[in-house]
Amino acid sequence: MADNAALLDILKSALPEAVLGSQERFGTLEVTVERAHWAAAVRALRDQAPASFNMLVDLVSVDYSLFPNHGGHRFGLILHLKSLRLGHRLTLKCLLPEDEPQVASLTDLYANANFLEREAFDQMGIRFSGHPNLKRLLNHHEFVGHPLRKDYPLKKRQTLSANESLMDEMDVRLREKGWV
Amino acid sequence: MPIDARTLLPMAPTAQDPETSAEGLSSHKALDRRDLVLLNMGPSHPATHGTLRALLALDGETIVAAVTEMGYLHRGFEKDCEVHSYQQCIPYTDRLNYVSAMMNNTGFCRAVEKMMGLEVPDRARYMRVVTSELNRIIDHLVCAGANLVDIGALTNFWYSFNAREKVYDILERLCGARLTSSYMRIGGLVRDAYPGFAEDVRAVLKAVRRNVDDVEKLVTTNRILLDRTRNLCVVSPAMAVSYGWTGPTLRASGVDHDLRKAEPYDHYEDFKFETVVGTTGDIYDRIFVRLYEIRESTKIIEQALAKMPSGPVMSDDKRVALPPKTGTYGNIEGLMNHFKLIMNGVQPEPGEVYDATEAANGELGFTIISDGSKNPYRVKCRPPCFMNYAAFQDTIEGHMVADAVANLGSINIIAGELDR
Repeated sequence: MADNAALLDILKSALPEAVLGSQERFGTLEVTVERAHWAAAVRALRDQAPASFNMLVDLVSVDYSLFPNHGGHRFGLILHLKSLRLGHRLTLKCLLPEDEPQVASLTDLYANANFLEREAFDQMGIRFSGHPNLKRLLNHHEFVGHPLRKDYPLKKRQTLSANESLMDEMDVRLREKGWV
Repeated sequence: MPIDARTLLPMAPTAQDPETSAEGLSSHKALDRRDLVLLNMGPSHPATHGTLRALLALDGETIVAAVTEMGYLHRGFEKDCEVHSYQQCIPYTDRLNYVSAMMNNTGFCRAVEKMMGLEVPDRARYMRVVTSELNRIIDHLVCAGANLVDIGALTNFWYSFNAREKVYDILERLCGARLTSSYMRIGGLVRDAYPGFAEDVRAVLKAVRRNVDDVEKLVTTNRILLDRTRNLCVVSPAMAVSYGWTGPTLRASGVDHDLRKAEPYDHYEDFKFETVVGTTGDIYDRIFVRLYEIRESTKIIEQALAKMPSGPVMSDDKRVALPPKTGTYGNIEGLMNHFKLIMNGVQPEPGEVYDATEAANGELGFTIISDGSKNPYRVKCRPPCFMNYAAFQDTIEGHMVADAVANLGSINIIAGELDR
């Protein structure tokens, strides 16, 4: 198990300009990174041996627009990583501006990033560049808006009519396997 | 034996692997998708045990491509939490994994307690262990029983559900409900166990062990079961880790990881029990890891009952605990305390917390962000079966429709926590 200072050093030496700040929350290191280095930072944490964060535990999207005394951008992404081999955890955070809530996708680093990023897109409207299939996950495909944003009305109702055919995804998968 | 997931290579392609067969055929004939049949499975299908949907492209009976859809049970749990007080969120957590509701209660309450730096009395922590393990037993019995009945082994279903019903009798006496318990509170439990609780639990453990023995005798070397589950839908350790699998499904793939051992909480470090680890990562392993874990849970419960101290089951911290009724009716301080807590609720300092517990399905995590008010600013639940379902389409391709059904049972998708 590497201590928090060592983990921070790994990130700082791999990407000196990426780290914007860090703090400890209940013993776990939380590092805020520049969003341009989001995927690179995760890759460094996954691949460098003293870190070895081989599991993406969870991806949390936050709308800070109503948070008291919040100084930065409106949206936040919180990534929980853990290393099964070394037994340590780390939280990575980045803030995204309201007019362009976009960040690089982690789908080529962790297999579960696909569904987790789709959920963050669906619920909070965060876009992930490079995601192979960024469509809604929990909500219906005709749903308009992003319900976990603080400005989405709690009791708003929407009429949703047609089932999703899923053929768009099926077409890609069949093509990948050579069925034309 | 623990295996380091990073040292293992992805699994070798099998004879049924669609990519290899595609290569083999492509030299003389292009694969024409007009030869395939599309089959829609779910969202209301008896074998999906929940509102899940998959679209399968079939070549004969073999699945060449699969696409899944979820969200049919999405009800906005996280949005709802933002407009309710912390205590009011607890009943919502019952509805996440409704098969083992008390573990969700515990997971949520522990996250809030961590954020507030609350000390939970020892008796409450032991009771949390006992009730969590009882819930784990139920969860595993339901999963294994339903999984086996999908393969045609109906008798096991009755054996496991008999035992489950006996555990539910205890939980019902404990908190008044079978499934939606809401037994935990921030800072402890809603009430102490009833007199005779320990004897009831010990008697039920006996019945559970007998039932597990019966199931094991019926299926362990059963030819039909072996043929239906062994070397099917194999998940390699590397794949399981990359998909974020935790709990029994990860251990079935050969990765020795259990939060009760790796990051012990609630005195788990004091209990002697084994983690059950599979070797192949097939459906068979996933069934049997669960069955054997039931036995380990019974060991933990017996140790916890033996060590259980007496004392309060609720913290006396005024930020979360109601004063005793004599205080509410007898003095102004108690009265104010009571009303402030009812009207203003629990108010943690602004901050962010992530806390995880080993639930029946794996790592159940809660990220809670507080802005200092009585409602959480943001709650995010990490449902363990979400990661299992994310891998479902990849695990069934190349196998038959009936294997997909068997596999779906073995990864134990609970739509309540999947869709939230």
